[in-house]
Amino acid sequence: MKPSRFKKPFSIAALLAGLTVLLSGCSDQYPVLNPVGPVGQEELHLIKLSTVLVAIVIIPVLILLAIIVYRYRDKKGNTAPYQPNWDHSTKLEYLWWGIPIVIIAILGTFTAKSTFSLTKPPVESADIKPLVIQVTSLDWKWVFTYPDQKIATVNYAEIPAGVPVQFQLTADSPMNSFWIPALGGQEYAMPGMDMRLWLQADKIGTFDGNGANFTGEGFAHMDFKVVSKSEADFNAWVSDVKKNSPALTVDGYNKLTEKGTAEPQTFSSYPEGLYENTVDKNGGMYMKHDMSNMSGMENMPSMAK
Amino acid sequence: MDSIKQFASTFFVTGDPMIYGADVSIVLVSVAILFYLTKFKKWGWLWREWLTTVDHKKIGIMYLIAALLMLFRGGVDAILMRIQLAAPNMKFLESQHYNEIFTTHGTIMILFMAMPLIFAMFNIVVPLQIGARDVAFPFLNAVSFWLFFMGAMLLNLSFVIGGSPDSGWTSYPPLSELGFSNGPGENYYLLSILISGIGSTATGINFLVTILKMRAPGMKLMKTPMFSWSVLATCIMILYAFPALTVALILLFIDRIGGAHFFTLTGGGNPMMFINLFWIWGHPEVYIVILPAFGIFSEVVSTFSKKRLFGYTSMVLALVSISIIGFFTWVHHFFTMGAGADVNAFFAIATMAVAIPTGVKVFNWLFTMFRGRISLTQPMLWTLAFIPCFAIGGATGVMLSVAPADYQYHNSYFLIAHFHQVLIGGVVFGMFAGLYYWWPKMFGFKLNDRLGKWSFWLWNIGFYVCFMPQYALGFMGMTRRIYVYGWDRGWAPLNMVSTIGAFLMGIGFIVMVWQIIYSIKHGERDTTGDPWGGRTLEWSIPSPAPLYNFAEIPVVKSRDAWFEMKEEMAQPGYQKKPVHIEPIHMPKNSGIPFFMAVFFFIGGFGAVFEWYWMAIPGLIGIFACLFARSFQYDTDYYIPVEEVEATESALGRL
Ligand code: HEM
Ligand SMILES: [Cu+2]
Repeated sequence: MKPSRFKKPFSIAALLAGLTVLLSGCSDQYPVLNPVGPVGQEELHLIKLSTVLVAIVIIPVLILLAIIVYRYRDKKGNTAPYQPNWDHSTKLEYLWWGIPIVIIAILGTFTAKSTFSLTKPPVESADIKPLVIQVTSLDWKWVFTYPDQKIATVNYAEIPAGVPVQFQLTADSPMNSFWIPALGGQEYAMPGMDMRLWLQADKIGTFDGNGANFTGEGFAHMDFKVVSKSEADFNAWVSDVKKNSPALTVDGYNKLTEKGTAEPQTFSSYPEGLYENTVDKNGGMYMKHDMSNMSGMENMPSMAK
Repeated sequence: MDSIKQFASTFFVTGDPMIYGADVSIVLVSVAILFYLTKFKKWGWLWREWLTTVDHKKIGIMYLIAALLMLFRGGVDAILMRIQLAAPNMKFLESQHYNEIFTTHGTIMILFMAMPLIFAMFNIVVPLQIGARDVAFPFLNAVSFWLFFMGAMLLNLSFVIGGSPDSGWTSYPPLSELGFSNGPGENYYLLSILISGIGSTATGINFLVTILKMRAPGMKLMKTPMFSWSVLATCIMILYAFPALTVALILLFIDRIGGAHFFTLTGGGNPMMFINLFWIWGHPEVYIVILPAFGIFSEVVSTFSKKRLFGYTSMVLALVSISIIGFFTWVHHFFTMGAGADVNAFFAIATMAVAIPTGVKVFNWLFTMFRGRISLTQPMLWTLAFIPCFAIGGATGVMLSVAPADYQYHNSYFLIAHFHQVLIGGVVFGMFAGLYYWWPKMFGFKLNDRLGKWSFWLWNIGFYVCFMPQYALGFMGMTRRIYVYGWDRGWAPLNMVSTIGAFLMGIGFIVMVWQIIYSIKHGERDTTGDPWGGRTLEWSIPSPAPLYNFAEIPVVKSRDAWFEMKEEMAQPGYQKKPVHIEPIHMPKNSGIPFFMAVFFFIGGFGAVFEWYWMAIPGLIGIFACLFARSFQYDTDYYIPVEEVEATESALGRL
């Protein structure tokens, strides 16, 4: 086997990796790499930082491998040194225990910092009143309720651009995960739990959302659109919904909880306390009890007030 | 009559041509096997040589065959999924069918392919490498194998009887609880893993004791070959990890058949407890399957660089630290479940820390080759392909461990690409390297080089074509476990590419099978017992090894014991020491492990359908076997000196 042939997988890998980066630079098909809000941007920053840091180790490894395999191949007349009994070097060993430790220390510091900061509302807009949207995962559709606007939607949400949105997540079905890649990362929506996820869109636009944690047969159809609008347009949309859409009744909600997929819908109102009751009914009452007996739970998003 | 019809239509999976096809082929293959065994009067041979054997070498070969069969089954699952995902809005598989397939794919590949494959290597290599005549508990070893085998059969049966599990190999409640997964499928999942899990735990104990207590005289722990070290570290992890899984699965099973509420919030249980228990096993499990591969690479790199392994002490330290830190990282599988920032930060940093010893190992392999003489044999090719593949997979692992960034990767195709890269590029490539390396030791001939290279390149190119696009798909927001997607999100082209890669790997597998069949006839025979210029004890004995492995237990002076002996023999004036043969103490074959596993199967099958009339006799049968064994005193025998001498001289060793 000629050693040159051996390099094929690396070049393919490099090519594909390069292609990926290239494609990503110039297309909004890559929402994770082109986020439109501060949360996604902070996450992207970490993605980039970690890519660079791991590359510092990976690239020398790949180069070293290619050189070593080429230079020390077993061929007549190979003049490279051959030291079959050389099996230890304290200096070198310190080097390759040391470098990864330093890299991990840097990455670990940044990771810890962001982990804490992302539990708070996005900083850029600390003096704007956040919008609260309650999200319930059903089999197999998403129900959004707006407690301040008192409207509800199915598989569709609108948000005002530039305003932090606190999504409260629960499920009236198996556990799901709520993900709008263009705005930022996901969080689980679990029955009986009330989870919090901060997101914000800085631009107007339409973004794709998914369920990300498998919930059964109709799971693949749990995609939805999130539209971000100027505040004025958002308010206009709210009053339009209030005026022109039907109300979501208790019966209507119970219908929605039946297994099946759904088209996007809007509702002018919804039963008082729908979200809170859903949490409680699915075991939230036990969770509250458990949690109040534990200390140090202030950091639980589900407990943050 | 109607009630029988009714029963049959729910008992057998019906209505899908693919499943009828499977039914027909299962029946045909079974008939063919029965016919062959009867026609050629092979029943006695099968029973004496295989079903009742307690010989680690034969048990290893049975593990290997079973693992390759399961690789085939899991591979077919994979191809079916990739066909369905090749283009938007495909109508090839129904949602339900797709969900069953990804569930069995994951379960089979981790528990019924990767695990038996590493156990095959344990069995085939460890006793030979440490100069022992068998494992510490040969009977238990047979029990382990048959429990694994029956567990695997139970899961595979679900395809045609009752229906397969469909809530993912991770099987999170509440989806896996009654109400959402009512059929027998989920029970199949629970019981098959529970049964084989008993076997895995026993294997952990067995090899731990074997390596600690049965090394040849002079083989200090720090002179033990690296593969055996990796097995030692793996066994310790198995012992700490599997109980968590066993508990989780039993509690879920009690929830399902007893109406308990361990994992349902309505009733005061907590599904997050299952998820924690699952990953307390699950994360160590991924290291359980990769550490033996690390061990194999260490052996192969040193042999084919004709050089000592670089940094032995560091390598041991790295193995041990991986196996310890590996237990403090499990939360990285659910950073998004709402633990506090402090918890996430801790587990993020612990996860990154695992990468440090892993990286150290890679550098030590590189410097084993540095200033060596590298020959590109088949085992070495797989090792060289492993290094870049695993380096990239490890790098994306570190990226995933950045908790806030993981909010964007989690459950996406980026994650899928990561773990396939480490599992295929690490575990599978590693086991292939070991397979090619020790094949002559198992069977006495080498595998054909030309076909092997075809297979190698198909696998490698196929791998990158299949999985590199999936990293990009993750960035495009594609989530795992969806059976269908639309045109609108631009996922189509990369998915098509990925499917092509999967087919290339499939062809690579077929070529590999062909290579094995071809080489049985035409493979280069190994008459020396040391076809590669090996360095460790397994190469000092004939290929295949005689029943008792070593006529005389060797005395070890250094790490590369056999290499040292060869150097000694090459000295001018070397005088061959006379071989001193004594009667050899060996364990007797036994049918009990097989029968016990059959009772496990019967009991397990009964439990799947909650048929107590069947489950309880199964359970009684298990205890009867245990009882019978407890009163069996005639369990071993001696091979007389003459017989050993005859065997050895027939092998040209006296
Ligand atoms: C360099 C060391 C590694 C690091 C830092 C690492 C990190 C991670 C992280 C953080 C996740 C969770 C991602 C998520 O769910 O969002 C993950 C998932 C996974 N990793 Fe790794 N990993 C490493 C090596 C390995 C190895 C060696 C294997 C197996 C041989 C492996 C197999 C897996 C599997 C199977 C999953 C996902 C399981 C699932 O969700 O179905 N990883 N890894
Ligand atoms: Cu893990």
